[in-house]
Amino acid sequence: MVQDTKHTSNKTRLVKLTVNGVAYERVVEPRLTLVDFIRGELGITGTHVGCEHGVCGACTVIFDGYPVRSCIMLAVQAHSHSVQTVESMSTGDQLHPIQQAFWENFGLQCGFCTPGFLLTVQDLLSRNPDPTDTEIREELSGNICRCTGYQSIIAAVKQAAIYMRKEE
Amino acid sequence: MKPASFDYFDPESVEEVLDLLHQHGDEAKILAGGQSLGPLLNMRLSTPQIIVDINRVTDLEYYNSDDTGLKVGAMTRQSTLEDDNNLKNIQPLLAASIPYIGHRSIRNRGTVGGSVAHADPAAEWPAIMLTLDGTVLIRNSTSSRTVDASDFYLSALTTDLKSDEMLVEIQIPSWAKTSGWSFVEFSRRHGDFAVLGVATHLTIENRQCTKSRIAIIGGGPIPIRTRKAESMLTGETISDELLKEAAEQASKEIDPDSDMHASAEYRHHLASVLVSTALRKAADRADEQGGK
Ligand SMILES: Cc1cc2nc3c(=O)[nH]c(=O)nc-3n(C[C@H](O)[C@H](O)[C@H](O)COP(=O)(O)OP(=O)(O)OC[C@H]3O[C@@H](n4cnc5c(N)ncnc54)[C@H](O)[C@@H]3O)c2cc1C
Ligand code: FES
Ligand code: FES
Repeated sequence: MVQDTKHTSNKTRLVKLTVNGVAYERVVEPRLTLVDFIRGELGITGTHVGCEHGVCGACTVIFDGYPVRSCIMLAVQAHSHSVQTVESMSTGDQLHPIQQAFWENFGLQCGFCTPGFLLTVQDLLSRNPDPTDTEIREELSGNICRCTGYQSIIAAVKQAAIYMRKEE
Repeated sequence: MKPASFDYFDPESVEEVLDLLHQHGDEAKILAGGQSLGPLLNMRLSTPQIIVDINRVTDLEYYNSDDTGLKVGAMTRQSTLEDDNNLKNIQPLLAASIPYIGHRSIRNRGTVGGSVAHADPAAEWPAIMLTLDGTVLIRNSTSSRTVDASDFYLSALTTDLKSDEMLVEIQIPSWAKTSGWSFVEFSRRHGDFAVLGVATHLTIENRQCTKSRIAIIGGGPIPIRTRKAESMLTGETISDELLKEAAEQASKEIDPDSDMHASAEYRHHLASVLVSTALRKAADRADEQGGK
């Protein structure tokens, strides 16, 4: 796998990865961030870019199963890895239960922060299916929303937890 | 693109990393979890010509413990330690402090070596290392050396690491059975860097304090061990009054700045309150372990 990256110079690199289960290949400069790669090179624009220095959580993606901030990762670091973006959540017109709960509880207004919140909540509920209010607040403290005032997001997460437990 | 351009290397072995550092020295920068370096690159506060990405050096992702203590490889992610339910039995102070480091997505990428080496004055790891008499194992292409945490931090964001060196492991010795500990931190929101934080470790034998450590973060350009306050406790019988006096002393040993989060005066005050709370908790825990 690593050989693939070596046949280009240290100025440009071949990146082969899967995003939402689809394989992609691009040659990029190493300084390109993962989020700019996903949005600009691959045209998958559900992932948002806010602060671009790791603080707001808008750019959260799932990297090999774990949430990370794609604005402070390089695209070349995703070579031979798998990435999931918010687009992976719904199937066609069928919202994911977490999306459904956000919709029903007004867990978003402008929606800028929402992709990051949804994936962060997905990870939270996979580790902790029945979180308390305090746990929800702690886990979401790394995601910034300038619209909702957070109350409706907390309500959405509690609803989502119920939906997800029912699904199992 | 946000970062300035650089040449990129992603070697798979420690030896290759050290060779690259040897060749390029000052021009090269190690990229570990990228949770501190990433923002610096994006803001172009750091513009290295060469990035040596060590994420493929999987040999440095490990931790193990025995009677002598705990060893953690530099590339171990914070969340790996956080998810080990047994860590609180091995080193409870460490287990209690890790969740304070940023947020889950930061801890999924951020590494132990990166946190210790980055030397942010408000970061948790440096305080843990000071409180637990930790040491760092450092290598260059020809030799290795071990440095005590108390000699490792030189000034803001600056350590004893030379440009051709890499931190490969941190070591924390095991402690006496009758030890108590505490980690308390004040920040505006969970996951933010601490306005001020305190880590303490007390060993109490037959009611007498035989060892004391107090480290403060956010109290100056580097994490600070308040040695005068420590020495007020060592050899003494612990009382509420003595703990209060030591906390007052500790608050005099820090040198905080005023910034948008808090004034220097407030940080001094916070230090005396938090150290006092932390020492009381540590003493109670030591008592529970049979130190009474
Ligand atoms: C939003 C946000 C909140 C955060 N909150 C906290 C917090 O509350 N507490 C906290 O402690 N940290 C916090 N951090 C920082 C985080 O913990 C970083 O992960 C950590 O400080 C650096 O580790 P890293 O592995 O990401 O290192 P990197 O960012 O990759 O590197 C940091 C520096 O260390 C050097 N370096 C890395 N590894 C080595 C090595 N093995 N040998 C020699 N030099 C090395 C690099 O060259 C670089 O100069 C936060 C970060 C963000 C983005
Ligand atoms: S855009 Fe990545 S954390 Fe804000
Ligand atoms: S909905 Fe607008 S920022 Fe959160």
